[in-house]
Parts: sequence; C-alpha cells; structure tokens
Amino acid sequence: MTLKLGVPSKGRLMEKTFDWFAGRGVTMRRTGSDREYAAEVEGADLDLVLLSAGEIPRELQAGRIHLGVTGSDLVRERIPAWEAVVKAMQPMGFGYADLIIAVPAFWVDVNTLEDLDAAAADFRRSHGHRLRIATKYHRLVREFLRDAGVADYQLVDSQGATEGTVKNLTAEAVADITSTGETLRANHLKLLSDGLIHRSQAVLFKSRVAEWSDADRAALEQLSDRLR
Amino acid sequence: MSDKLAVRAEAERLFAFFKAGGAEPVDADLLQPAGTLLDLYGEDIRARAYVTQDPDAGEMMLRPDFTVPVVQTHMREGGEPARYTYMGEVFRKQQSGSDRAREYLQVGYEVFDRENPETADAEVFALFAEALSPLGLRAATGDIGVLKAAVGCLSTTERRKAALMRHIWRPRRFRALLDRFTGRVATDPLRLATLAMVAQDGAEAVLERAGPRIGQRSAGDVLRRLNALAEDAAAPAIGRAEAEVLDTILSLRETLPNARNQLRDIAVDLPGLTPALERMERRMEALAQAGVDVAGLPFEASFGRTTMEYYDGFVFGFLAEARPDLPPVATGGRYDALTRVLGRGAEIPAVGGVIRPGLVQILREGLA
Repeated sequence: MTLKLGVPSKGRLMEKTFDWFAGRGVTMRRTGSDREYAAEVEGADLDLVLLSAGEIPRELQAGRIHLGVTGSDLVRERIPAWEAVVKAMQPMGFGYADLIIAVPAFWVDVNTLEDLDAAAADFRRSHGHRLRIATKYHRLVREFLRDAGVADYQLVDSQGATEGTVKNLTAEAVADITSTGETLRANHLKLLSDGLIHRSQAVLFKSRVAEWSDADRAALEQLSDRLR
Repeated sequence: MSDKLAVRAEAERLFAFFKAGGAEPVDADLLQPAGTLLDLYGEDIRARAYVTQDPDAGEMMLRPDFTVPVVQTHMREGGEPARYTYMGEVFRKQQSGSDRAREYLQVGYEVFDRENPETADAEVFALFAEALSPLGLRAATGDIGVLKAAVGCLSTTERRKAALMRHIWRPRRFRALLDRFTGRVATDPLRLATLAMVAQDGAEAVLERAGPRIGQRSAGDVLRRLNALAEDAAAPAIGRAEAEVLDTILSLRETLPNARNQLRDIAVDLPGLTPALERMERRMEALAQAGVDVAGLPFEASFGRTTMEYYDGFVFGFLAEARPDLPPVATGGRYDALTRVLGRGAEIPAVGGVIRPGLVQILREGLA
C-alpha cells in the first residue's frame, strides 16, 4: 500500500493545494475527463485521493488516508479531541477564514461576550426562550461559549446562508466563517470584539490512527524533506 | 457473579434501603424530551447527553439524570410531603479517550417537603451517610445559600447582584464580573464610547445610525439595556473591603462548626448573612439529631459551584479519598430553583441525591 494523501477535489482549495505542492517540487494533476475524480502525482511516492474538503477529517479519523489537506476549523469541529487523532504537519498559508460571533449592528449595547451574555439573560426573560445563535460549528461554538461563561443561549443549526437567519427571525445572532467581513456587513451584522473563536487556514494533517507501514514512513520522510 | 450483575445487586440493596426508609419507588422513561432539558441546563447538556431524533416527538435525550422526570411526576400527581426513590441507568457522554462510564446505574432519594427544609436536608445526608458507612468515604458539604446571601449583602445595584447570582455556578464569569464591578478591570472602551455618544446625541439617534432593526431582539430591548448600562456606569464601584469579605467566604474551607463561627464573625458587619447563617445552624442541629458527627464534618463554601446550576442551598458529596481517579460516589443537594423553573413559578422545596452503585461495588471489592 502506498501513502495516501487526501486533497480537496475541486475549486480554489484544490488549485491552491496543487500550487502549494508544485512550489515544493511535487506536481499534481487531474487526469481523465473533467468529471472524473482521478489524479496523478510526479515527484513523490503518493496516491492522491480526491475528496470534498468536509470529508477529509472523517477519512483521517478513520485512518483511510495517511495525510490530508483541509481547513483547521473542520478538523477541530468534526474530530473530538482532534490532537490525539491527527497531527498538524504544516499550515499552508491559504484558505484563511475566521470563525467569529456576530450580532446585528444596531445592537449598540453589545460589543463583547460579557454584553452578549447579559443581553441573552434579558432576552430570555422578556421573550421566553433562549437567545438563538445560528451556526454549523456546534462543537467549537459551544466549547468557546462555555469557557467564556456565556449562558442563556441556544444553538440552532444552519448549514448555509447563516448570515440571513437574523433577518428571517430564526436566530438572534450567528457564529460563522468570514474572511473579509463583507457578507456580515451586507447583512447588517457586526463582530464582537472578543468573539474570535478560531482563525482557520488550510493545513496538511497527518493521521495518527492510520496504519503506517515502513514503506509509508519512508515515503513520508522523503515528502517531508521536500516540504521543508 | 459478573460485574454487571454484582452492580445491579448493589443497586437493589440501596433501593431496598431507601424503600425501607419509607420512600415511594418511582421510575422514569429512558427517552426524555430534549426541549425541557435544554431549557433547564442550556447548550452544555448537549455535550453531556446523548441526543437522538424521533420522527414524531422530535429531539430526545437518553436520560442524563432522574431529577427532572421525578420532579415532573411529583408535580403532576404527588401529594406533600413526599419521599421518592428510584433505580436505573443514566447516560453521559464522556470526553474522547476517557475511561469514565458512559452508562451507569443510579439509585436516588428525593424529599419534597415545605415544612422543614433543614430537617429534610439532614435526613437526606444522614440516610446517605448510613447507606455508605462501610466504605469509609470522605464527606463534603457546602451551602450555595450562603454564597447567594453573601452576594445579596454587597452594597451595589440590584442589576449587578443579579448578574453575580446568575453566575455563581460559572466561577470564571463570576470572577470577571466581580473584577469589573470592583474596578479592578476597566470598563470596555467601546461601551464607554457608545455611552458618550448616547449622552450627546440621544439613544434613538445612535441606534438609527448603527443599522436597520433586524431580528427578534427589538430596539426596545437595546434601549432598555443602554439605560441599564448608563446606570451601571454611574454606579460606584464595589469597595475593596467588601470584595475581600466575599473572597473570604468563597474560599472558606473548614469543619462545619469552625465555618459557622467564621461566618458568625463576618455577619457582625454583614447582617444580611444572618438568615442564611440561621438556616445553616438549624441544619447543624438537625444533622446532630440525625446522628451525624457535625464537629468533624468538612464545609467548603464553594463546593457544588461547578456541578449543577440548580443546587441553591445545602450541597453534599461522598468521595473515595483512596481512589482520586473515581468520580464522587454520591452527590446531592437542595434544588428549589429547579422546581421553580420546571413549575413555571410554582415552587416545591426539594432536596435529594444519587448514589452510583457501580462505584460502591468497586470499593466493596477493594475492602473484601
């Protein structure tokens, strides 16, 4: 069995990943038709596995791939106690995105987590339910708010168009990924000054639970030399 | 006998012990509606309970504790006073890699009695002490009521006191609030800037400039809190001496009589403590009458602060000192606040606790 590397199967993440490896002497290329998910590598003893970036954490956790390129946010969200399961080998310097908490801009009384917590207490008293925060990052947001001692909120699941949930009255605040803040501003939302949950970027991860044969280790060592 | 059967036999023994004491046996569904539990405990319960989905009933949780269903049963059909006991599995998610049990038996005992809360506190503690006596456990006690009284004594605004009360069970946020109220930490500059703008242009104008009014939290909600913030900014800081007294109370770790004496000294300058102190003294008498060695009983004022949000009076635990790797063998306390939330205002004073027969069985094997 050769060393298996999971990479994003399409879009800018794939291109940037290919560029990053190319810059280090490892050439990756999609093969076959545009629609066929197959790829080849020159310059390293690797099997490429094309996957959706969201599935790469699961494959690393299952040990079906040895290495994988995906966002650090996804690994932290999807793998409990992630540090025991994967090792972050190299931050790759692209795919930057911040997981943040945002509230309506007209909440001039709310700038910090302390404010959010106090507003949530008032809100629960006057509206009869907990202040709802829309997100798809349940674990990261919950752990962050627990550590900060924020109470009287509830998370509601939102898998897309999260910034619109406040206007649609399905949430009072959001916790989502942003890179420039453009979408937030367009939806009349603002950041909390201490509401940065995680600064994410694409990272090359190594699975600690995959089966590592001597050949795999040797291949990894060779690859690591190139990536340095 | 396999371990599992031995644990069940131990549970049966404890269950019989509580029944013999006059408790009525009750049971509860394994699948509990998630809504009630989420409303009570907040999002954190999701990290601790197994959640599943029913097409008709919606989100359900595998019973994380008996307290909620037992209180609900009592509210529906119970007369007063009432004593209940139960035995069954509870389910708790554990941290990845943890070897703590994800499902285990609990045997519990709960008392609903309006007349004499301190006697009921003592009754539950003494019964647990008796049930666990052969194991040589270390007892721990505390009293969230004393902490609430101490916060109530602060000479500051009601809103600040309410904010501190709300976070008694979240020590870190409690500390952050206290540091700000005492002036040890400066007020957020953004807040000061907003308040200055509000003072200059009026709150309505500031709101207008900030953006459209979207979402369910209304402009009225924002304006009300702006008012509260302005009041808070004008309120004097909590004095250093007062904050030190609160710290002394929070860090009190003594035998029960010594703790009582120290609190008595403090109450000379802080008469607001007296009612809580009198409850503590009545409980000490009741404990002594129930045959508990009060003189040697440890008291830790902060005990129970990080466990369950709804313990709001007497709290206790029984711990295996020789086995620090084990969780507490038994825990319990008074949870009037929980009945108030579940009963939508209708409060039933309640005190109770649970024993983990699995741990009892491990310790018994160690003794044998």
